[in-house]
Amino acid sequence: MKKNSKNIFKKIADKAYEYGFVSNIKTEIIERGLNEDVIKLISQKKHEPEWMLEFRLQAYRYWLTLEMPTWAHLNIPAIDYQSISYYADPTKKSKKQNKEIDPELMKTFDKLGIPLEERLALSNTAVDAVMDSVSVKTTFKEELKEKGIIFCSMSEAIQEYPDLVRTYLGTVVSYRDNFFAALNSAVFSDGSFVYIPKGVRCPMELSTYFRINAANTGQFERTLIVADDNSYVSYLEGCTAPMRDENQLHAAIVEIIVCENAEVKYSTVQNWYPGDAQGNGGVYNFVTKRGDCRGNNSKLSWTQVETGSAITWKYPSCILRGDNSQGEFYSVAVTNNFQQADTGTKMIHLGRNTRSTIISKGISAGKSQNSYRGLVRVSKNADNARNYSQCDSLLLGSKCGAHTFPYMDIHNDSAIIEHEATTSKISEDQLFYCNQRGIGTEEAIGLIVNGYAKEVLNKLPMEFAIEAQKLLSVSLEGSVG
Amino acid sequence: MGNEKEYIEIFDRHRQLIEENSAALLNEKRAEAIQKFKASGFPGRKDEEYLRSDAAKLFAADYGMNLGRIKANAAPHDSFTCEVPNLRAHQEFIVNDSYCPPPANISPMPEGVLLGSLNEFAKTHRELILPYYNAQAGSGDSIAQFNTTFTQDGLFLYIPKGTKVEETIQLVTILHTNIEQMSNRRILIILEEGAEANLLICDHAASDKKTLSLQTAEVFLGRSATLNLFEIEETGYSNNRLSQTYIKQQAGSRLNHCNITLTNGFTRNSTKVTLAGEGAEANLTGLAICDKQQHTDNHTLIEHKVGHCTSNELYKYILDEQSCGVFSGKMLIQPDAQHTVSQQTNRNLCLTDCARMYAQPQLEIYADDVKCSHGSTVGQLDNNALFYMQQRGIPLDEARHLLMYAFAGEIIENITIEPIRERLHMLIEKRFRGELNRCKGCTLCKKQL
Repeated sequence: MKKNSKNIFKKIADKAYEYGFVSNIKTEIIERGLNEDVIKLISQKKHEPEWMLEFRLQAYRYWLTLEMPTWAHLNIPAIDYQSISYYADPTKKSKKQNKEIDPELMKTFDKLGIPLEERLALSNTAVDAVMDSVSVKTTFKEELKEKGIIFCSMSEAIQEYPDLVRTYLGTVVSYRDNFFAALNSAVFSDGSFVYIPKGVRCPMELSTYFRINAANTGQFERTLIVADDNSYVSYLEGCTAPMRDENQLHAAIVEIIVCENAEVKYSTVQNWYPGDAQGNGGVYNFVTKRGDCRGNNSKLSWTQVETGSAITWKYPSCILRGDNSQGEFYSVAVTNNFQQADTGTKMIHLGRNTRSTIISKGISAGKSQNSYRGLVRVSKNADNARNYSQCDSLLLGSKCGAHTFPYMDIHNDSAIIEHEATTSKISEDQLFYCNQRGIGTEEAIGLIVNGYAKEVLNKLPMEFAIEAQKLLSVSLEGSVG
Repeated sequence: MGNEKEYIEIFDRHRQLIEENSAALLNEKRAEAIQKFKASGFPGRKDEEYLRSDAAKLFAADYGMNLGRIKANAAPHDSFTCEVPNLRAHQEFIVNDSYCPPPANISPMPEGVLLGSLNEFAKTHRELILPYYNAQAGSGDSIAQFNTTFTQDGLFLYIPKGTKVEETIQLVTILHTNIEQMSNRRILIILEEGAEANLLICDHAASDKKTLSLQTAEVFLGRSATLNLFEIEETGYSNNRLSQTYIKQQAGSRLNHCNITLTNGFTRNSTKVTLAGEGAEANLTGLAICDKQQHTDNHTLIEHKVGHCTSNELYKYILDEQSCGVFSGKMLIQPDAQHTVSQQTNRNLCLTDCARMYAQPQLEIYADDVKCSHGSTVGQLDNNALFYMQQRGIPLDEARHLLMYAFAGEIIENITIEPIRERLHMLIEKRFRGELNRCKGCTLCKKQL
């Protein structure tokens, strides 16, 4: 059996990245490098108002004073921010085909399985497709508009709903928040904007699909979701990138504002190119995601399946400001080969009777390093706060690492905080049991890993859950020594 | 760099004085240590390890240092009466940072056992001590380097192969000063193969002046050696302590370490255990009971270097009034340490909404065939249990005391020396009733206060 599982190991390691193709699309890429002129150029290309340019420049000047953070349990090679191009537009077209989307572009998203055509209306998901720095198309816009829901690309929102954007942009993640937030605030190119008006339950899943295509570019998108009083929305995010030898930078910001009695569900299946088996190439994924539960009885739920990226630095957080607000974080992070992940969450309890749940499942294989880093903070006035955290790690192979760094800052005597963590490997007994019953080792591992991650996968919307399950078995089957 | 400069100057200016009053062996390590200290400075809020315990600010006060080794005006052997009934212990004393030689009639240690002043033994047993002194602390943080730079004396304990010391060795450290003073003590413990010992360290203060004591202890456990090490701190609100304990264990050795903080000002206990031989076992326990503005930080790192080792950790905090508790525990499992069993538990009680607890239970695991888990909770006394007791006529206050007493009991039960266990039960009960707000361990203190 040992030999058998070793073979399977190898198969997994050799398994090619499915979405690694490059689309041959004419793309307008600006000169590499970063300075105030580049920022002015980006702003100009997007026809942005003066205040937006001011915002960007302020962020840029602040970014210049910062140094790259080194506290994460990651080995990040030096990044030359001057060798990256900060804007790439694949939709630039000749005047003739002004209204049509480049067929090559359509093909790309078709290949990725993203329904940009209304023919796939059956899937009942509205999609905003973003390639490189530009939003390609947003579907179902009209249908949503009838209900008063705004779902469009960020650049469009800045043009058409400047007041809304200006009210909320940067209020959850300020440009002074951290190094990558400052960088993103300076150069962000596109992303999605969602506004759910009072009392509206969004009838379909909203989804953004991010794709990096052009070489030597970075992707810096910014998503802003506002759920007004008594509203509900479920939002999905997916991402892929071509296989390249050099590393590509992705630094995004997601801001979510949840008002009174509103609920937001944010799900991510992150599948950026993780690099090859020797650890060459791959996307550096440095993301700041934060939601502010401003209203009483509001709820925010993060679900993430992290399988891609060479390096992941990501801590989706909840600020539980409203009384009785709830935060949830469900995560499965898989690392293989030379991938590194330092991910987790922050639950900041400020209001009374706030509750948070953290379920984190780490799976490491190959020579990868997988860390959970989380903070639970209960402030002085957050009476009756309740938190439950569970962080489990599964090790597949003897050369990988699994780490847990939870922080608990408790300033209130009525808080009840529980944290548990375990680390283990798939036991020979479990495998033997499956083998006995005619289930092959490879399949058995798939079953066990899926069972292990079930708690999180169950929280994903249907279509995503199936995709995530597939992704898990692709990344992991047979990874037992 | 702020206060560092002052201390570097003190060292440069008084180097001769320090070296004249210390053994050559201690002096040899100073140059390297001061270099390392210069490079990193005092750790403060910007260091992850000292995030919640700003050590740098402790050094801001203008402390006196006894560099010329002026003898303290105290005869602890005569005036100290241990309040632990029935405890048969061999008592040793360190006043501030100077070892007090015992009277001639003290019961002798078994043959081959060396126990006494580190400074004296460093002169007479240089070859024995050389491979061990600063072997672990040398790679420690800048507080350890500071201690190596300035330390002049402390305790040395050597137990040869196969020797079992039945009698408990009690080291009483007393802060006895009329000025704001800093003391740098050093403890070196070597247990050869199969040796066994019980060591009890009682940290007392006989001064309400602001003091800072730095204690660096290095422990080496040979194959199959067993050490029970208990530390009890009962100082005062103006006494600050930065303690560093480094323990290296060989195959089959066993360590029981218990760290109890009853009264203190600002305390940071750092314990680093290296399990370097297969089958070694380390049990770390700790209890902190804090009120007023007390600050207690227990920082532990257990490194599993090889496989088949076991480690257990259990730390409990009871925080009252505006006190602050910090627990940071890391288990580091190196790539070859397969079949490691490691467990860490941290439980905390916050009694007021001004008390703060910072907990960081951490796992860093590089081996796959291991059983590791950690758990941490912060909560309050069980309301149902309180209600149950009140129903049965136990007043609320009493019921709270009973529950807290039971909460602390789990740690005390781990102490293998019965008289100490009983004594601690009593001390903790007193502590809960607010009767123990200053050290009452010795008549010396009573005279002083």
